[in-house]
Formats: sequence, structure tokens, C-alpha cells
Amino acid sequence: MPGVPLSWYLMLSAVLFALGIAGFLLRRNIITVFMSIELMLNAVNLTFIAFAYQWKQVDGHIFSFFVMVVAAAEAAVGLAIILTVFKNRETLNIDDISSMKN
Amino acid sequence: MQLWLIPVFPLAGFLLNGILGRRFSKPVVNTIAIGSVLLSFAWVLKTLAALGDLNVAHTEQYFTWIQSGNLNVGFDFTVDRLTAVMLLVVTGVGSLIHIYSIGYMAHEGGYYRFFAYLNLFMFFMLTLVLAANYLVMFVGWEGVGLCSYLLIGFYFDKKFATDAGNKAFIVNRIGDFGFSLAMFLIVVNFGSLDFGVVFSSVAGHSEGALTAIAFLLLLGACGKSAQLPLYVWLPDAMAGPTPVSALIHAATMVTAGVYMIARSSAIYMRAPAAMEAVAIIGLATAFFAATIGLAQNDIKKVFAYSTVSQLGYMFLGAGVGAFSAGIYHLVTHAFFKALLFLGSGSVIHALSGEQDLRNMGGLRKKIPWTFWTMLCAAVAISGVPPFAGFYSKDAILAAADRHAPWMYWVGVITAGMTAFYVFRAIFLAFYGQYRGKGHPHESPFVMIGPLAVLAALSLAGGKLFNVPEFLAPLFPLAGETGDIGPVLVSVAFGLGGIALAWLFYVARPGLPDQIAASFGGLYRLIYNKYFVDEICDAVIVNPVVSGSREVLWKGVDAAVIDGAVNGIGNRARGIGGVLKLLQSGNIRSYAAWVLLGSVVLLFVMGVMGGLRRICSTSYSPFRWLAS
Repeated sequence: MPGVPLSWYLMLSAVLFALGIAGFLLRRNIITVFMSIELMLNAVNLTFIAFAYQWKQVDGHIFSFFVMVVAAAEAAVGLAIILTVFKNRETLNIDDISSMKN
Repeated sequence: MQLWLIPVFPLAGFLLNGILGRRFSKPVVNTIAIGSVLLSFAWVLKTLAALGDLNVAHTEQYFTWIQSGNLNVGFDFTVDRLTAVMLLVVTGVGSLIHIYSIGYMAHEGGYYRFFAYLNLFMFFMLTLVLAANYLVMFVGWEGVGLCSYLLIGFYFDKKFATDAGNKAFIVNRIGDFGFSLAMFLIVVNFGSLDFGVVFSSVAGHSEGALTAIAFLLLLGACGKSAQLPLYVWLPDAMAGPTPVSALIHAATMVTAGVYMIARSSAIYMRAPAAMEAVAIIGLATAFFAATIGLAQNDIKKVFAYSTVSQLGYMFLGAGVGAFSAGIYHLVTHAFFKALLFLGSGSVIHALSGEQDLRNMGGLRKKIPWTFWTMLCAAVAISGVPPFAGFYSKDAILAAADRHAPWMYWVGVITAGMTAFYVFRAIFLAFYGQYRGKGHPHESPFVMIGPLAVLAALSLAGGKLFNVPEFLAPLFPLAGETGDIGPVLVSVAFGLGGIALAWLFYVARPGLPDQIAASFGGLYRLIYNKYFVDEICDAVIVNPVVSGSREVLWKGVDAAVIDGAVNGIGNRARGIGGVLKLLQSGNIRSYAAWVLLGSVVLLFVMGVMGGLRRICSTSYSPFRWLAS
């Protein structure tokens, strides 16, 4: 039996990415928004690996490493920001942190 | 010969008094001011003595002022016989008036400022007189206009004084405009502004060009010398202190126009149309101003209109070709008109500021010195022989008679009116009963002294200084006809004017009011100066002012220019208001914008790259993107 077709991997990636976007736009909790961002990054990672396996090239893997590094750094900084915001605003609801309105 | 010292002495006086005068005591200010003018006068005498008979002009060149292409204008001074006459009048009469001012301005504020301005005026006037080309003369011309403005508006806290100063300067500017255009034409036609160059080459130019130049110079002279229609500033200029009226508006500044025409005689002799215009304007002004002077009640206004009238005589003399007669009258007029003004200043000083003739009277016994000196001036101006005015006025009238007899007759009638209104002023002020409320006291010697000197000059100056003879090398004397008739007629008119004034104001004091009542309309017309100022206001001033206000200020400046600039600002604010909505503070909308932006970016990158093939197929709707 042949391997899993490439298009299935790409489809899965697209679905995960779409779910990530939906969560990013629609969720109220800051931490959930961050999780959606991580989901998007992972979906992209999946795409890179799928293509790397397809064409037997190592570039996709290297790119994936870079994405993971960036994701980790961004998570660290982002969580620090969330902690500060929580300390000042006592809430994790992004709709309540709009003091820069107008 | 160091001609430059003549104007520089008063300039030094101006600088010293102007910059440091605030800290000087009155005697120091006096010494600097009077001293500088007396030094100038002494230097004039020394220069004239050293130069001999002045048949050849003596020129000194100081530095090149303008060097542009073919035009070369240097800062040069020149002295010939005409300059000599003017120098003596300006410095001599100027010194006397400076001395008089010590007494007159003793109680006024701004003492040092007054003398500083007076010295500045002397500097500019002497520059004007000594100039060897039109541009240097123009420097002096403008400068005396400036000093006139400063001195008329000397009491700057009074609106009528500052208004009068503005009026003088603005009307003068109209004349200066004519002078400037004349200078441009001279440069175009002659290639130089130097008197020597221009006057020696008049023969080679068309009469049309010369007439144009002459008319424009005449416009300049009308402005400076207060002829029709630019005379309106002179009566209002009486708002300044009386020594100013005497010096600037009687003896020196207003005569600059006559001097300029006499200097440019070479041009005028070849432009008969312009000369005729000069004569007619002069005659019309003389007659017109004399009629206004008949009914004025302010003593200074009477003499102001008299000045306008006498300047008309000088223009008449120049216009009929008797330039030396015009200058002769300039000299004698400086004597008796300065005396009349200084005398009225003495009267005003005696009455502590009263200027209305109706509130004077009977001052003959109270201020005798003033009375006798003014009487000398009055008989001089009326043309009574053998005093100064007779010789000069007669020279002009004789020349007018030779030119066109009707001019002689108008001139003679004007002479009669002159005698009438001057003696009207004398009789109203000095005879009869004192009608005022003050305590008249005689003026101090420092004021009486110059009056006495000027009185002596008014009486004897005509015979002593035979100006036409002195100027004969420049302006050839016309032959004497030996006809005594015209002379007798003019003397008769003069004496008749005096007699009529005696009748009206001493013998039958009620008569003038009766006549004024029966000729009501005519009297009102004359008394209100023919409403010239009101007409000027309505026809010229108000349209310009309201045009400026409505069209240029509100229409162009406020609506168009400000509107454009403010409009740009408002548009920027509007766009900013729209863009501000992006900054909602709402994290979710920021997230949405990020997403939208990244989608657009991806699409563009895709179009630039791989979508090319999609776009280039023949049935694709994206065909237009294929580049």
C-alpha cells in the first residue's frame, strides 16, 4: 500500500491553521489566544515537514527548527506580558483591556 | 573745498542729539543743534568766498554709487551760482529758525528729538541742493519728505497731527513716483543721471521724450511744492510746531520743487508744452489758494494757503521762462514767509496756544516787537515798494506779461488778494479790542532776535540781493521794456488790497459778516476749502479703503488664502479622524487587522510570483495583472 498522500498532510495543515486563526480571532481568554497562535505555528511546521519528506530535502526540517525556536521565544515573552497585564488589570479577558480606546 | 562738510555738520548734530540727547541738558542740546547749523552756514560762506565768481561749476566726486552696465552714478556734489543762492537761503534762514526754536520749544516735551529731526532735515535739504545728479537729489528729496513727516507728526499723541504727517508723506510719494519715472526716462534717453551730461546733450533728443520727462518732473515738483492737485497736505501740515512750518513749509522743503525745475531748465526750455503746463498750474494754484486764504480763521492756515499761493507764483515765473525771477521770489519769500510764520508762532506763544484769529485783537500794544516785525513781512509780501516782495513779484509779473497778458492780470488780482488776506490777519490779530481770555506777554529775546533779522531782510533783501543779476550767467536776463505801466498796476492792486482789509477789519468791522451773509454759498465754499478734502475722501480714499477691506482683506486674504491653508489643516484633521478609528484599543480588532494585512501580503507575493501563469492564460479574468 503506498504512503499517506501529500494532499492529506496539507489538508490537515490547512485545517489546523484555520482552527488556529479562528481561535486567535474569536476566543476571549488571552492564554487561549496564545494557544491558537502556537497551533498556527505547528500547522506550518507540519506543512514544512510534509514537503521535506515529499522531496527528500532537508531544508524543510531546518526551517521547522527555526519556527520552533521562534515559537519558544515568543511564548516566553508573551507569557511575561500576560503575567504583567494580569497583575495590573486582574482579568484575562481581552475585551476588558481596552484603555487605549480612541 | 570739502563740500561734504556742509551737510555733514547737521548730520553730526542729528546723530549726537538723536542718540545721546536724552541725557543731555537743554543748553548742551542747544549748543549741538545750533552750533552744527551755524558751522554749516560758516562753511558755506567760506566755500563761496573761496570759489570766487562761480562762473564755472565746482564739482566734487566722492565715490561711485551705482555701476551697472553703461549706467554710472557717483555720489557727487556741485556748486554753481544757483546752488550758492539756495545754500545761503537754507543755512541762513535755517540758522535763524533754529535759534528761534530754542525759545518756542522751551516748554515742550521731546526737546532733543525736535532738534535732532531739524538737523536731519538740514542734512537732507543740503544734500538735495548740492547734488550733482538726479539720484543724489532724489536722496535729499525723499529725506526731506521723511523729516517733514517726522516733524509734522511731532506731537505723536495727537491723532490729527499723525494723520497730517501721513497725509504729507503719502501725497509727497505720489510726486516722488513722478520723479522716479522721470529719472528712468532720463536714464533710458540720456544714459546718465548726471546734470552736466544730461543738460549738455539735450539738443540731440526728441521734443516728445523731453516733454515726457519734463511733465514727470513737474509731477514730482507738484507733490513737493504743494501745487494743484497735490497741495492738500500743506494746510494740514500746520499741525506741526510753528518753527517746522516756517522752515520746512515756507522757506526750504517746499521750494525744492522750484529749485528742481530751475535746475532742469535746459530740459524745460526745449519742452514748451511742459513749460506752459508749469505756468498754468502755478497760476491756477496761486489764484485758487489765495481765494481759500481769504476766509480762514486759523492764523497758521492763512499763511499756509499763502505759501501755496506764493509757490504758485514761483512756478509761474519758471513756466514763462523767467527762472531767475522764480528763484528771486524763492529767496524773498523765504525771508517774509518764515517771518510771518515765526511771528504767528510768537503770537501763539504769547497767547499760550490760541490760534484762532477771532479770539485775538488789540495785540499791537501788548506784543509790540512781534507786531512791528510782522508788519514788515506783511508789507513785503504785499509787493509794496521798495521792500523785498515788490522786486521779486514784479519780476515774475513782468515776465508773465511778456509771455501772455491774461496771466499777468490773473497774477495781479492774486497779488491784490494776497495783500488783502495777509493784512486781514494782521488787522484781526493786532488791531481793535482783545477778544480772547489770555494774558498776552511778549516773547523772549531768543525768539525776537531772529524776527528782527528776518524783518530787516524782508525790507532790504530785495534791493540788497539782486538775484536775477547774480544768476544771469545761468539764466540770461530778458530785456527790460522800461514800461512802468504794469508795475504801477500791480502796486496799485497791492495797496488796494491793504486798503480793503483796513476797511473791512478796522474801519467797519461789521462789514465782512454782512458780505459773508449775502454771499452765503460762495463764502461757505471758500471757507470749507472748496470741499477738496471731502471730495478726495469720497472719490479716492474711501473706494480704495473699502476695496481693500472688502475685496482684498475679506475676499482674498481671509477667504481664499486663509481658507486654503486652513482647509489643508482641516482635511488633514479629517483624514486623521478616520484613521484614528484604527486605534480602537480593542485587541480583537488589532488581531483582525494583522490577519487581513498578512492575507493581502501573501496575495501580492503570490501575484508577483507564481500566479503569473494563471494570469497569462487567455481566458483568465486576472489577465490585466500580467506585467
